[in-house]
Amino acid sequence: MPSNGGTEINSQPRAATDMSIRVENVSKSFSAFAALDDVSLAVRDGEFVALLGPSGSGKTTLLRILAGLEAPERGRVRFGERDVTGDNAASRGIGFVFQHYALFGHMDVARNIAFGLEVMNRGKPSKADIAKRVAELLDLVQLPGFGNRYPSQLSGGQRQRVALARALAREPRILLLDEPFGALDAKVRRELRVALRTIHDELGLTSIFVTHDQEEAFALADRVAVLNLGQIEQFASPTEMQAQPASEFVASFLS
Amino acid sequence: MSAGALSEPRATKALLIGAALLYIALMLLLPLAAVLVEAFANGFHAWIAAITQPDARASIRLTLIVAAIAVPANTVFGIAAAWAIAKFDFRGKTTLVALIELPFSVSPVVSGLVFVLLFGAQGWFGAWLEAHDVRIIFALPGLVLATLFVTLPFVARQLVPLMSAQGRADEEAALTLGASGWQTFWHVTLPNIRFALLYGVLLCNARAMGEFGAVSVVSGHIRGGTNTMPLEVEALYNDYDFVGAFAVASILAFLALVTLALKGALEWRHRDQLAAAGRH
Repeated sequence: MPSNGGTEINSQPRAATDMSIRVENVSKSFSAFAALDDVSLAVRDGEFVALLGPSGSGKTTLLRILAGLEAPERGRVRFGERDVTGDNAASRGIGFVFQHYALFGHMDVARNIAFGLEVMNRGKPSKADIAKRVAELLDLVQLPGFGNRYPSQLSGGQRQRVALARALAREPRILLLDEPFGALDAKVRRELRVALRTIHDELGLTSIFVTHDQEEAFALADRVAVLNLGQIEQFASPTEMQAQPASEFVASFLS
Repeated sequence: MSAGALSEPRATKALLIGAALLYIALMLLLPLAAVLVEAFANGFHAWIAAITQPDARASIRLTLIVAAIAVPANTVFGIAAAWAIAKFDFRGKTTLVALIELPFSVSPVVSGLVFVLLFGAQGWFGAWLEAHDVRIIFALPGLVLATLFVTLPFVARQLVPLMSAQGRADEEAALTLGASGWQTFWHVTLPNIRFALLYGVLLCNARAMGEFGAVSVVSGHIRGGTNTMPLEVEALYNDYDFVGAFAVASILAFLALVTLALKGALEWRHRDQLAAAGRH
């Protein structure tokens, strides 16, 4: 795992040219409606990217294609040099965080977090190692000692922290988040934002998150991709985008 | 609006509750009591004798065999159908949902006749079956088929609304965490539906053991051969063997009570679990 540069928020993207995630000419339609129309995107190793757009713009579809939860009709997806277009979600080695947490209600927090480790066929860690890893992850998301609680006993913000810990259990290099703060109130949102950015920087992850909140995208991301009607209108850093909106749509969306 | 406008006068409330209880007592408890009284009319030993005579034992065995085949089959089908309906979008989905409910709207006698029409001596496949010495009608396969048809909706219709409401997020989460399809089903989907599934299986089993109309048509009423418990009850009754008839009936009634008790217990726990899951 390459070491990560700065830990400060909105640090400039590193000079490294290693394209960690590449989307090449991807198209996807639902019935007659084109959700994604010939979309290409290159995300650098270690970068924190926001997919920003109104509902129906295709941002969630793009994220789900990256995760392997949807299959593109045309185009390819590459992680580094590896073509993952045909790989299913389970074998992509990504972490995914859902808007409504998707925690397993019949398992306590510890078992939720351990799930990814428990289902491993090869190289499954020992019970003690799993317990240790769960404790580490609970510390990471600032919920030490919460292992025996059930998801129903937690607040929304706590649930999303557990979901984040669960997604990180197998040490993915890539973290994908679908409106991770969408169901939370403003104060919890801001706390969780800072926590997420810190974890991203500490672990040297490459993260992509979907949001319809421009302020959130700009506060959190190194670069923002603005989507509209299944196409990327502009992909640039927040400062660049504010200085030079590439289209009228981007300009109106930012105002 | 004042609280008074919403609350009924005390007398109305008492009258409504009283009427409901009286109705249930007359329509449900009295017949149930009658079955038990008649079954034990000649004492406990007569009851034991009635249910251990060879034809009665054969009918109990047959009923258990039919249920042991039909209930697991329709459980597997119900899970598969509900999974497909709730988790995937495909053409003909609404048709499938409507078809699953079909056995509820078809008279059981018609359900039985369908199989006579298909597999009976004069039926579509009758000649072929006879030539190959395969017996379906007036034999165990016919009883199983008729029971399968009648009990088909029970598990599926318990699961479809629940699984639709739960959506796909939990399964998708499991997949992104590296779980295989089977692991996802076993560790995530099944625990999410376990109470509704058990409930569906119980109802399916109660109907499988209690079905009369459909199996009556395909059975042939061979005492000690193709008579299930409900058919044996009728045969005994027609022979004026009232103690025998009611003794076998009392076992069915007992089964119904056990089902009811289990169902009540499950609903209790199910409600707790649903509340605890905190789903929106």
